[in-house]
Amino acid sequence: MLQVKNLEVVYNDVIQVLRGVSLDVPQGSIVALLGANGAGKTTLLRALTGLLDVHDGRVTKGQVLLDDTAIHTWNAPRIVNAGLGQVLEGRRVFSEFTVEENLRVGGHTRSSGLAEGIEEVYELFPVLRERRKRTAGYLSGGEQQMLAMGRALVAEPTYLLLDEPSLGLAPKIVQQIKEIVVEINSRGTTVLLVEQNATMALSIAQHGYVMEHGKVVMDKPAAELLQDDDIRDFYLGRGELATSYRDVKHYKRRKRWLS
Amino acid sequence: MTDFLQAIVNGFSQGSIYALLALGYVMIYKATRVISFAQPALMIVGGLFSYHFTSELGLPFWVGMALGIVCGAVVGMIVERLALRPMLGKPVFTLAIITIGVDIVLRIISNRYIGVQSRIIDYPNGSDRVSVGGVSISQQRIGLIAVTTVAVIALALFFRYSRTGLAMRATALDQETALAQGIRVGAVFALAWAIAGGLAAIAGTFVAAGNAGIEQTSWIIALKALPAIIIGGLDSVQGAVIGGLAVGIVEALTATFQPDVAPWLGANFSLVAPYALMFVVLLVRPYGLFGTKEVERV
Repeated sequence: MLQVKNLEVVYNDVIQVLRGVSLDVPQGSIVALLGANGAGKTTLLRALTGLLDVHDGRVTKGQVLLDDTAIHTWNAPRIVNAGLGQVLEGRRVFSEFTVEENLRVGGHTRSSGLAEGIEEVYELFPVLRERRKRTAGYLSGGEQQMLAMGRALVAEPTYLLLDEPSLGLAPKIVQQIKEIVVEINSRGTTVLLVEQNATMALSIAQHGYVMEHGKVVMDKPAAELLQDDDIRDFYLGRGELATSYRDVKHYKRRKRWLS
Repeated sequence: MTDFLQAIVNGFSQGSIYALLALGYVMIYKATRVISFAQPALMIVGGLFSYHFTSELGLPFWVGMALGIVCGAVVGMIVERLALRPMLGKPVFTLAIITIGVDIVLRIISNRYIGVQSRIIDYPNGSDRVSVGGVSISQQRIGLIAVTTVAVIALALFFRYSRTGLAMRATALDQETALAQGIRVGAVFALAWAIAGGLAAIAGTFVAAGNAGIEQTSWIIALKALPAIIIGGLDSVQGAVIGGLAVGIVEALTATFQPDVAPWLGANFSLVAPYALMFVVLLVRPYGLFGTKEVERV
């Protein structure tokens, strides 16, 4: 079980981005984390995988527990070794490497069985096998996303953190990515899925969290979130608003987005 | 014709020294995006270690050089750890300036050791010459070319096939993503400096084994590696080698022919020739001959 408890993160010693976030990712599940731009989703993932340092960020309070061991003070390589893999936002494949070299880098922490690990990824993503000698930077967006996910999977993580895998992809490809996430999960990897595409994320997740301004504002089973009026208004879109903004006083509206 | 071939051979062997140094620059640049101006000092320090082990302690040449390489690598790592690691994340320009400081410090320390005499390593049968059709080359230069070849091939294989080599290339491309794959980026930086220090030590050893040995002013040789890396492309291993050799050969050719062909250019034009070559290459190919253009989907 991966747990976040009252986590606070500050960038550059002054900009507080997370204000006491708590969430649980039980082993074997898919958990969705939703939120608008700037809500702190990516920051939360950075805190989980030890990448805050790179961005001059710091955990000032709270903790991250992996099976009851505090890991928020560990560095990134140690966390990867402990079984937490992350696919960064925007895919970030090594564009000058071939597909195969990318996967080999993904298996950097493996002491043995690299070839088998890569073989398994090829089984999951047959298109990558076809492109194995191609330069990664020239793959299509969907293929790059698959490569980024494959690269993280070579390390055989227990927990896979996906940061907006649907970003910038065509609806058909998003559908494909969604099926792959389910497939990865059914092979025993726990998935924390950060998404703006709420429909997609909630349709496969068991549990969902909604973040706003560095806090978790809603926390329900995914099926309930899908039915929730506010969520439908803000993230899913259904044509008409359940609560018309015309009735909400002006200052309240401001407060909602700026508080 | 013989003159021409002789110049090529001389240039090739001198170019090997530039190539070794240029490789060091490229190592550090690729891993950390910093141009290290400490290479000249690392060359001198490495050469002096080899000198100490062979000429002072009486070890055989090759053993002394191997120890010199190890010491050079260690010095490289120490420099990285003490002077550059604390500045991680600062602008690369700041780091480049720090390397100038490191260069000066190391050179002053080694000048104390050198003193006024020139420090010459005795290469076994070093001045025996092998002649083929009027072109001759000394044993010591053959050794230099052989060692450079081995070093270059070993490095190329290392980067292509080994896990660590791949990790170094990955770090060069994108540090955050490399970290997310579990690569210890700090270790990669240290290794880059160690390799650069080792290569500089090989160059320094052969400078010391040459006719002039190592003097207080010998570090100037290493500056020729700068046009070499710019000609080859800052981030390319084969570019560094070819750039280094090109600089050596151009220098030797101008030294041989310019006094007769174009005397109006003045004496010692060969010292300027590498920079002239650099200008020409930059005009035609701004990334250098082998520098990577960015891979991007349009």
